[in-house]
Amino acid sequence: MARDRISKSKGALQHSPSMASYEAARRGFSWTEARAALDGLPGGRGLNIAHEAVDRHAKGPQGRRSALCWLGKDGTRREVSYAELAALSSRFASALRGLGVGKGDTVFSLLGRVPALYVTALGALKNGSVFCPLFSAFGPEPIESRMAIGEARVLVTTPQLYARKVRGLRDRLPALEQVLLVGGDAAEAGCLGFEPVLEAASEDFEIPPTDPEDRALLHFTSGTTGRPKGALHVHEAVVVHAASARLALDLGPEDVYWCTADPGWVTGTSYGIVAPLAVGATLVVDEAEFEPERWYRILQDEKVRVWYTAPTAIRMLMKLGPNLPRRFDLSALRFAASVGEPLNPEAVVWGRDVLGRPFHDTWWQTETGGIMLANFAAADIKPGSMGRPLPGIEAAILRRRADGGVELVEEPGREGELALKAGWPSMFRGYLGEEARYRKCFAEGWYLSGDLARRDEEGYFWFLGRADDMIKSAGHLIGPFEVESALMEHPAVAEAGVIGKPDPVAMETVKAFVALKPGIRPDEALRREILGLARERLGPAVAPREIAFLDDLPKTRSGKIMRRLLKARELGLAEGDTSTLESGA
Amino acid sequence: MSEAEIEAMVLEVLAQVAPNVDAASLDPEVAFRDQIEFDSLDFLNFVIALGERSGIKISEIDYPKLASLRGCVGYLTAQQPAAAG
Repeated sequence: MARDRISKSKGALQHSPSMASYEAARRGFSWTEARAALDGLPGGRGLNIAHEAVDRHAKGPQGRRSALCWLGKDGTRREVSYAELAALSSRFASALRGLGVGKGDTVFSLLGRVPALYVTALGALKNGSVFCPLFSAFGPEPIESRMAIGEARVLVTTPQLYARKVRGLRDRLPALEQVLLVGGDAAEAGCLGFEPVLEAASEDFEIPPTDPEDRALLHFTSGTTGRPKGALHVHEAVVVHAASARLALDLGPEDVYWCTADPGWVTGTSYGIVAPLAVGATLVVDEAEFEPERWYRILQDEKVRVWYTAPTAIRMLMKLGPNLPRRFDLSALRFAASVGEPLNPEAVVWGRDVLGRPFHDTWWQTETGGIMLANFAAADIKPGSMGRPLPGIEAAILRRRADGGVELVEEPGREGELALKAGWPSMFRGYLGEEARYRKCFAEGWYLSGDLARRDEEGYFWFLGRADDMIKSAGHLIGPFEVESALMEHPAVAEAGVIGKPDPVAMETVKAFVALKPGIRPDEALRREILGLARERLGPAVAPREIAFLDDLPKTRSGKIMRRLLKARELGLAEGDTSTLESGA
Repeated sequence: MSEAEIEAMVLEVLAQVAPNVDAASLDPEVAFRDQIEFDSLDFLNFVIALGERSGIKISEIDYPKLASLRGCVGYLTAQQPAAAG
């Protein structure tokens, strides 16, 4: 019965959600009003994310409230108030200005979930600089390509990550002027200490005038071909961050909130930093990686009321069974939501039966900047569905025509590409330096997501797959091209094709098919060598988990590797009309 | 199996999943993920492969006990059928 809807009739709700009726909220919603719920910079100087997230909550008695509740790996617990976070981020903004870093310059972070990350992000935004987080488990190759494309001027990282992943790239990144190292006393050539720089900087910093259309955030996403794309977001995105926190996560200023996403991905910034602070909530930050018992303990001890996590983690918790969570008091938890890849219906229901709260699946992408579809607190959940569009968002199923136009698929249940009417405030404003790729995402006023979906008769959307070869694994969108390029660096590899292989926990895992150069025989030692190289270059989240050797890879007449055919074979599916595929490219 | 044999088996399985790891530099007391690039999916693959290789059924609730080299050796040693010891 897992697919039965979960009713939210009034009697079933123990708390009045901030949005009482989805239909009424949709009818009455306007982005102008959502914008008016924010403060704007004093003196009408514009709109700045950091002011909305921190400074406006930092004055007077409410400034003593906790913005962050940081839990260190070693058991340390540190609360940082809104006033402290405002002062620290102002210091970092002053420091950036002192270093000659200005508006539009890119400040990168390569950090785990440590307090310096929040100071860096918010300080960069105050200074009018562009903040770009990198995933700290990336290997040197993804780091180098992203910092080169993003023209990083400043990097904030740790001495360990610097030594392992960045030092060897420094010569190839001429734009990178300053590297600030967090928590290290060992002096490293060409680097400054983060804490001493902060110490020496003034906490008096007035945010310069900020146009809502000024660049603010840069998030990288991989492509099926070519180099990674840097999706640019502007300060106006905070309108969606704040509104969606209330509407989709039912989050308010009294709430203790925990987002488990890594700060290196868009969720970790939009909903791991900006959105919860913009509504004045208290953000639990756990430095450690996923660990079931620790997670239940955090939910219990910190009295987490709103929890935003990911399907892979939920499925790992499910594997451990119901007895572990029953040892903890999870009664503070009011609302649980999920993002990353579609959440299977069993997981939604498991949340209700075992944790006492069903998971509310949400859908959005790096390019959308914020939650676009959701199962809402006040509306019935359809387990397995991504939910319905947020108030203010128009979503549709489209089909691309051969002439480059699109047509609406009106009939419920029919497959097509999930699209959003362009123009919401957190819509990406470009791929850095790639105008043509940006334009290709739009047609006739719609943003085309690349996700295939259908809409049912009640307006709920259901994910079906990707329209391209992108791989969804453990919440990350992985581009096969980047992985294939790293595999090709091994001298024995002639060709590589990379697909997403279905996986019960991670949705998909990266599987590589490799053809070797003439005369080289495949064996276990070579498999390990190639796998080891890929892990070294890319990091474990992006590298293949599995490598298979083939004599040669299926290709189109123009020589393009047919990943779809590799995938069809992997799944044991009929290969379809391959003659069409071969001539189609 | 002796402890030394079990340790060799654990390292062999680790090398299947993460061949770029230098086994000699591992601190046996420290969790794998705190000293090498080893994420939670790696860990899951590692534990499943360890169960297959050792023939010991590893209950999911015991997974946290296998977080470090010392933890793996201790756990697998204790779980061995007595006759085989």
